[in-house]
Amino acid sequence: MEIKVDSKSCTGCGICRGVCMYDAIEIIDGMAVINESCVYCGACIDVCKFNSIEIVGMEELKERDFSDYSGVCVYLETNNRKIIDVGYELISTGRILADKLNVSLSAVAIGSELENDIGEVFKYGLDKLYIIDNPVFSVNLDDIFSKALAQVIDKYKPEIFLAGATMFGRTLIPKVAAILKTGLTADCTGLSIDEEKKILLQTRPTFGGNILATIITKNSRPQMATVRPHVMEKKKIKEEIGDFGERIEYIKIDQSKFKTKYKLVDIEKELEENINITDYDVIVSGGRGLGSGDKFSLLKELADILGGVVGASRAAVDSNWISYPHQVGQTGKTVNPKVYIACGISGAIQHLAGMLTSDIIIAINKDPDAPIFNIANYGIVGDLFEVIPKMIKKIKGGKSLI
Amino acid sequence: MNPFDTYAIEEGVRLKERFNSGNNGNLDVEVIAVSMGPPQAEEVLKESISLGVDSGLLLSDRAFAGADTWATAATLARAIKKIDDYKLIILGKQTFDGDTGQVGPELAHKLNLPFIGYVSSILEIDYKKVKVKRLMEDRYEIIETRLPAAISVGKDINVPRVPSLRGKLKAKKAEIPVWDKNCLDIKEKEAGLSGSYTKVIKIFTPKVKHEVKIIKGSADEQVNELYKELKELGVI
Repeated sequence: MEIKVDSKSCTGCGICRGVCMYDAIEIIDGMAVINESCVYCGACIDVCKFNSIEIVGMEELKERDFSDYSGVCVYLETNNRKIIDVGYELISTGRILADKLNVSLSAVAIGSELENDIGEVFKYGLDKLYIIDNPVFSVNLDDIFSKALAQVIDKYKPEIFLAGATMFGRTLIPKVAAILKTGLTADCTGLSIDEEKKILLQTRPTFGGNILATIITKNSRPQMATVRPHVMEKKKIKEEIGDFGERIEYIKIDQSKFKTKYKLVDIEKELEENINITDYDVIVSGGRGLGSGDKFSLLKELADILGGVVGASRAAVDSNWISYPHQVGQTGKTVNPKVYIACGISGAIQHLAGMLTSDIIIAINKDPDAPIFNIANYGIVGDLFEVIPKMIKKIKGGKSLI
Repeated sequence: MNPFDTYAIEEGVRLKERFNSGNNGNLDVEVIAVSMGPPQAEEVLKESISLGVDSGLLLSDRAFAGADTWATAATLARAIKKIDDYKLIILGKQTFDGDTGQVGPELAHKLNLPFIGYVSSILEIDYKKVKVKRLMEDRYEIIETRLPAAISVGKDINVPRVPSLRGKLKAKKAEIPVWDKNCLDIKEKEAGLSGSYTKVIKIFTPKVKHEVKIIKGSADEQVNELYKELKELGVI
């Protein structure tokens, strides 16, 4: 396989160099030259006005027949015998995809002594639920879970399989994909169906979040994707579900074949660290502009009266002003609150990647050129130490300040 | 270098120092840094030598280009099988650009190794097993597994050192071997874009869908206006 530039038609205009994410194109003697950093992404081919660039010698894959794969299936991760929230979000997303394809929606839950109200999932539009309930699955361990999940998928052959990109999911699902020998796209923020080709279009942020890529699973099935918690909307579509007994199928496993390589010795909960900022509707976040750690008390006061929680940028966490569980962004949490108030946060791409899907973003910053103002719904250029105390007073008093 | 890899390197070097000190009977532990990438990735491997790694190994071939996580794991697995004598693979928890965190578990599967992600501390390690503390959403788990194994680490595990002068000199002199597809006995269709199960079909810039409203005036006016807007939206 080789990427070639046609020396006759190339004008050396450099448009291709501008779109190359990999710094793989140089303009030498009035012509584009592609170096060894190229990954054949094809971005340059798309923008070339002279059709000068082409990839040659790409091995043509035989089209495989996937007609025995049908339906959408989601994984319902459990914690403490309960299905965690991202499972419901996946059912809602899966329902939309299944309707587009006119196929059924199923789910798999694995655990031990799962709670009785498991039928709740049918209110979100699920057609069929497969349950593996066995004492060997009392703790989430990726080796035995991946084996069980791969067996279920292999038996029922869904064309699409979705799972949550939780910390457990991010270890478990790549193993499942590896067992099944199929593609997996991590952390999708958009999932849709190409209605003509009937394939799954998987969109995710890349290059630190400033660019989105749409990815397809080429020549293997199922098409697998993970989605971060709180990115998709959870939507109950039925209040009453009637008798769902027949829609649940318990899968029996041979316990002796599920021997884990791990030993869970202990679980430590640290109270201070135990805050999960993704559970809140309002997040008041602070960044470098706060100047010191003690200033977070001001943000906490605002967060408290709004029923919210304090978040932070990486800069604030790296300065030890606040602990890591509060960090929002690419290397912290992805949050999706109703209101996100960014105080003294410039809005680096890595931060935006973690909060861009918030319903309403309010930015308070001294610097009118801060990138955060490009994405905020409301921007206040000003001193947060002046604005926030007034805001607190206003909300408490409810009266006009003027 | 990917930021998370600096923590992986530091942890590897610390383990080496721990085992090779007299009290532990001089086990003669060696740390090898492996990277797959274009020829310029040699610089990253030299940097890792300056940080205390013993040697670097670059997997580079035009056939490896365009690899998704699966094809990357496949190529890395070939190389690690060829290295053969290893006990622990340490990876950064995710890359800085792709951010998938998938290569570790996929690599471990291909080598039939246990994999523990998000390790924040190696508590105990000997020749046969490792006990670590790993971070989950709301808790730490203390978990033990047999060696060889693979783990991934984040920034909470250590504070990476800066290169020493001696390290820099060693890095400057170091020769980085390059293994290509022939050396790894890997077929073109198993590596790079051809060996990938996924394919990028479109790259685009996200658009801001809403209007940005900058609230002007004095601080009092700004607060009043924002309060009004939030009230209308039912937030307050």
